[in-house]
Amino acid sequence: MPPGGQTPPEPRVLTTRRSGVDRAFRSVSGASGAMVLIIMTLVGLFLGIRAFDAISDAGFSFVTTQVWEPDGGNFGIAAILSGTVFIAVTAILIVVPLSLAVALYICEYAPRRIKRTLISLVDLMAAVPSVVFGLWGFFFLQNHMIGISRWISTYFGWIPIFSVDGSDPDDPLSTATVFTSSTFIAAVVVAIMVAPFTTAVMREVFSQAPIGEREGAYALGATKWGMIRSVVLPFGKGGIIGGTMLGLGRALGETIVVALIISPIFIIQPQILQNGANSVSALIALRYGEATPFGTSALMAAGLALFLITLVVNFAASSIVARTRSGASTNE
Amino acid sequence: MSIDIEPTNFSTLSAVTTAPSWTPGAPEPRPRKIGGLRRTDVLAVAGAGIGSLGVTALLFTILPFSGALGFILIAYLFFIATYAVLVSMDESRVAIRDRVAATVIHSIAFLLLLALIFVVVFTVIRGWQALVNANFYTQDMSGAGPLDPLTMGGILHAIVGTLIIIAIALIIVIPLGLACAVYLNEMPGPFARLVRTITEAMTALPSIVAGLFIYASLILAFGVQKSGFAAALAISVMMLPIMIRSADVVLRLVPGSLKEAAFALGSGQWSTIWRVTLPTAKSGLMTSIILGTALGIGETAPVLLTAGFTASLNTNPIEGPMISLPLATWEFVKSPEPSMIARGFGTAATLMLLVVILFAIARFLGGRGAGNLSPLQARRAKSRSKRDLARMETNRIEDKSVFANLTGIT
Repeated sequence: MPPGGQTPPEPRVLTTRRSGVDRAFRSVSGASGAMVLIIMTLVGLFLGIRAFDAISDAGFSFVTTQVWEPDGGNFGIAAILSGTVFIAVTAILIVVPLSLAVALYICEYAPRRIKRTLISLVDLMAAVPSVVFGLWGFFFLQNHMIGISRWISTYFGWIPIFSVDGSDPDDPLSTATVFTSSTFIAAVVVAIMVAPFTTAVMREVFSQAPIGEREGAYALGATKWGMIRSVVLPFGKGGIIGGTMLGLGRALGETIVVALIISPIFIIQPQILQNGANSVSALIALRYGEATPFGTSALMAAGLALFLITLVVNFAASSIVARTRSGASTNE
Repeated sequence: MSIDIEPTNFSTLSAVTTAPSWTPGAPEPRPRKIGGLRRTDVLAVAGAGIGSLGVTALLFTILPFSGALGFILIAYLFFIATYAVLVSMDESRVAIRDRVAATVIHSIAFLLLLALIFVVVFTVIRGWQALVNANFYTQDMSGAGPLDPLTMGGILHAIVGTLIIIAIALIIVIPLGLACAVYLNEMPGPFARLVRTITEAMTALPSIVAGLFIYASLILAFGVQKSGFAAALAISVMMLPIMIRSADVVLRLVPGSLKEAAFALGSGQWSTIWRVTLPTAKSGLMTSIILGTALGIGETAPVLLTAGFTASLNTNPIEGPMISLPLATWEFVKSPEPSMIARGFGTAATLMLLVVILFAIARFLGGRGAGNLSPLQARRAKSRSKRDLARMETNRIEDKSVFANLTGIT
């Protein structure tokens, strides 16, 4: 009880009386948020509903069947989904060292004069349409990769994924077509296509590595590489993982490049150098035109499966990135 | 609580600073070089280069190796090894690792940047035959068959189609995307968090699935025919989450102190956003819009499913099939005719040119950060503040006279 027996003053209630413009603005922007939510949910819902026909018809065999004959009732995503994953993973294995090196070069080694130019170049390259990379892969790389494919399969063919059926290194007349249209060639083109994206993310994070720690490392006698290893790379871990996952997401969903290069097959084929590959999006692009309503439903189901996988990759990436140091400052 | 620390007795530490001895008149000591190239560095690189080439050439003559790519690869590996050995002759292990890492990073960066540039140059070179003909930009393909020479037919229909489709998509995406991004930043709450989570999840949406969604809903379920409008909707669905996410990140970087200053000056929420937040983030927002546009413009898969195919010019987005540049490329290169393939490359090159133009526009419009004015803008701002000053001056005089009338004090 305060002296004098007075009741303590009530805390003032602070209210905001918003003006008409503000109220209008709040409802409009709230509505736009709701609308975006509705559109996005609609995509998921619609895919699910349309795919339901096919999935309920095929049951569990949808995951295990390799052939794709929806109108005969015999179809599944075992082959195409594994093909998608093979292409994406091979592409990522190629792209990570490449873009890591380019990001480090731009950030740490490049002369100051050309640094800005290189950054714009990488940004511009990220905007080059995928069909351009597809053309390059189909008309140029396809022919020039045969030699490398043959070389790898000759010397490393004892590793199962590098073996190629029907190739005989001792026979100079053996056909080269077993090496074309393979998972490997598609993966190389996809890798070069996603490289600018992953590079841009990694470079952005590397450039934020605290200057004090860099100079501390130099002051302790580190070489440039020592500084990179002890300061830049640990700090940029979030960016490396985030960029890689972003690239993986794009590689999983890439349509045109893959559709141009591969010759579709419907068996699980982990021999990446061998002719023949497949991916979900290429399948949709090549088959939607002739599909019956049930076939469309089956394609929807395949698209849904692809979407779920990319969703998992995306969530995994953001949760990993959020837990690292560089991610903590940039993402939320 | 006390911490036990041996107190340092500074008097026992004998720290003597000695200045470098230099007597006046003696020749001034030359400053040590701490950067730049030394002769040994150059010699090591040159030696390793020559050595590796020699060894590889020898290997290729006595062993059954062949192929230019194989030669380069083996020579490169030998180069790294020889270089490491040469550096090890006068440096420590730490320095060797540093040099080898630098060499590898330089070479990979050079390789990838070269490959990227080569992709672009290759497209332009292969499409050059088509690109030099003026009719390529002024005609459509309705009068030209696959066997016709490159002096007939063109891609006007695809250029117009692309511009119409992307314009419709932008009309949908820019207001909706920006409003949603502003909502996420200005009105945080559980609902905004939900919207943000869903949007971030949707950035993973494969573009073909966006196309499939419009194909199955609009075209199959509602019977709308394949058209430019359907394609624009498919592209919007794909672009929307990407734009919201990047705009969201940019808006989050606007300093809170700026907004609080605006609120403290009595401005409402809307005018704070319109006059402070958006102008501050202008350059970043422009970049996010342009990047989204570039992605949308180059996307083939959604258009493939929803726009149909046509060889003639169609300017009506609601009715009849429409075609975009990437889709036209895809259709052209399916043909085995060399002239059609050249047209395909030419179309791809035109598409890239369009993207480059977009980037240039973005630089021009949004390249400057907030507060960095172009000369013209600076002049305008100056004249505006002059007008403000004059207005305030007259107001002051009026106030004074009103005050004098009311109180009788001058």
